[in-house]
Amino acid sequence: MASDDVDRNRRRFLTRATTVVGGAGVVAVAVPFLASMSTSARATAAGAPVEADISKLEPGQKVIYKWRGQPVILAKRTERLMETLKNLAPRLVDPMSKASEQPPYAQNIQRAREERPDVLVMILICTHLGCSPTWRPEKAPPDLGPDWPGGFFCPCHGSRYDSAGRVFQGQPAPKNMAIPPYVYVSDNRVKIGDDKRG
Amino acid sequence: MGKLLTWVDDRFPLTRMMREHLTEYYAPKNFNFWYYFGSLALLVLVLQIVTGIFLTMQYQPSAEDAFASVQYIMRDVHWGWLIRYMHTTGASMFFIVVYLHMFRGLLYGSYKKPRELIWIFGMLIFLALMAEAFMGYLLPWGNMSFWGAQVIISLFSTIPWVGHGLAQWIRGDFVISGATLNRFFALHVIAMPLILLGLVVAHILALHEVGSNNPDGVEIKKKKNERGIPVDGIPFHPYYTVKDLVGVVVFMIVFFLIVFYAPTMHDLFLEAPNFQPADPLNTPAHIAPVWYFTPFYSILRSIPSIGGTAFPGVITMGLSIVLLFFLPWIDNGLVRSTRYRSGLHKALLLVFAVVFISLGYLGTQPPTPTLKTVAQTLTACYFAFFVGLFLVSRFEKTKPVPERVTH
Repeated sequence: MASDDVDRNRRRFLTRATTVVGGAGVVAVAVPFLASMSTSARATAAGAPVEADISKLEPGQKVIYKWRGQPVILAKRTERLMETLKNLAPRLVDPMSKASEQPPYAQNIQRAREERPDVLVMILICTHLGCSPTWRPEKAPPDLGPDWPGGFFCPCHGSRYDSAGRVFQGQPAPKNMAIPPYVYVSDNRVKIGDDKRG
Repeated sequence: MGKLLTWVDDRFPLTRMMREHLTEYYAPKNFNFWYYFGSLALLVLVLQIVTGIFLTMQYQPSAEDAFASVQYIMRDVHWGWLIRYMHTTGASMFFIVVYLHMFRGLLYGSYKKPRELIWIFGMLIFLALMAEAFMGYLLPWGNMSFWGAQVIISLFSTIPWVGHGLAQWIRGDFVISGATLNRFFALHVIAMPLILLGLVVAHILALHEVGSNNPDGVEIKKKKNERGIPVDGIPFHPYYTVKDLVGVVVFMIVFFLIVFYAPTMHDLFLEAPNFQPADPLNTPAHIAPVWYFTPFYSILRSIPSIGGTAFPGVITMGLSIVLLFFLPWIDNGLVRSTRYRSGLHKALLLVFAVVFISLGYLGTQPPTPTLKTVAQTLTACYFAFFVGLFLVSRFEKTKPVPERVTH
């Protein structure tokens, strides 16, 4: 066969078609591999509600429970802290928690259910990069400065929140911390992860 | 022996490769102290691979057993402590050597034309090394491992729209868990080392294609003798292999002094919270990444959230690394070596080094308002360096560059 018989258009078409089909094959094969890395069915299933006991909690104290692998804090706020919540609005990013995650019954300045406004139930994960902030209820400790009204301080990047988990202005964290669904099954028992009493 | 070599050479370019890369690779004769760090980086890579292989024989990559298996290596495996401390010290020494190697590039303009690709391969090695070190740090499953990984993976969740899904895909769970540990183990011992080795080969091949730069920034290939050999070049082997051997001995003395007497380096190489098992409910009171990430970490946390998202901080940190890739084009000066560039250029480099080290120091400190302001100023200086370099390299008055290397 003489070389000038070559149909270049046909050759180019075949090369391109093979490349496209081969490329589609590579993409198709990549799907199961990449999907294998996503959250497994077992991990998705493990997310049942937990019950917490707050009977031994004194004002200013907290207890931490694990729900879906995340730390959930139950903190009893002192009367002084409850007073500060009302006056902090000008220093906060989102005082009414419009942009943050919480059930509707916790969208108030205490960010708590009406029957126990002093008890905060909150996912203790900083909205910046996922560290767990520390509970610092005391007023103006030396390391946090004279303006500190009491609240949450993130040790990783220094984000500051008030004692309802509302973030102050000018912090690395963008949003208030999230409140999980919860319900009081009795006076001192809280169910976290579910808001139906049954 | 000669016959065997001929037999091999007929089938594989053994002798030719030895010649091209060692005995007939002509390197400038004026390499100084700064030129040790390339070969030392290769040495540390080998050390990490060898110690890593032996650690893998004893380590258990699961959330239940990982911490205990590391303690087992430290206490019950014969010489296990030595192998593990060599690996942990090696990680930090890798970054010391690589940072010095990169600064050498800045000093003598080694990234400039025609060596842009060497620099880019080098930067990719630096990125791969950061990923490798980050994933390795999760494996002991200490509390700092856990929370460090939590912070870094959360960086991805700040990306608008896809971030949350992406972070969950990386973790393989809603939080850092055994699933995360297992995949990090796979990436740390198989995927990243393969990528690193490939990049190192590319880095060296690119270097040997264009030839080494030198402290004078003079192109030695311009002056060749009648046999076509650069008059200012000497064969890499034996001259620089022997010189580098001296560097290896000094490095090993320092390396083992650390391994034997200060393996934690006062909380810098191994942090105290990492001697406690991972606790998902308890962030360490003061969390900081290992020292080699702290300059970038300082940049990250100095940027406040804008418009309800932490993404700007992440972007700024990313930019601080991405800009380095573009150095060959940001620096437009024709003179390579700082020796023959303006005082302003020297000052810029000095300020950049000081800023980088200061940011690194601040990244290890707890965030107070004063330090935050300082870190913000230094972050501005970090980026000002690139602007400064861009401007200075266009307008600076340089000294005459010699025809041949000076000494």
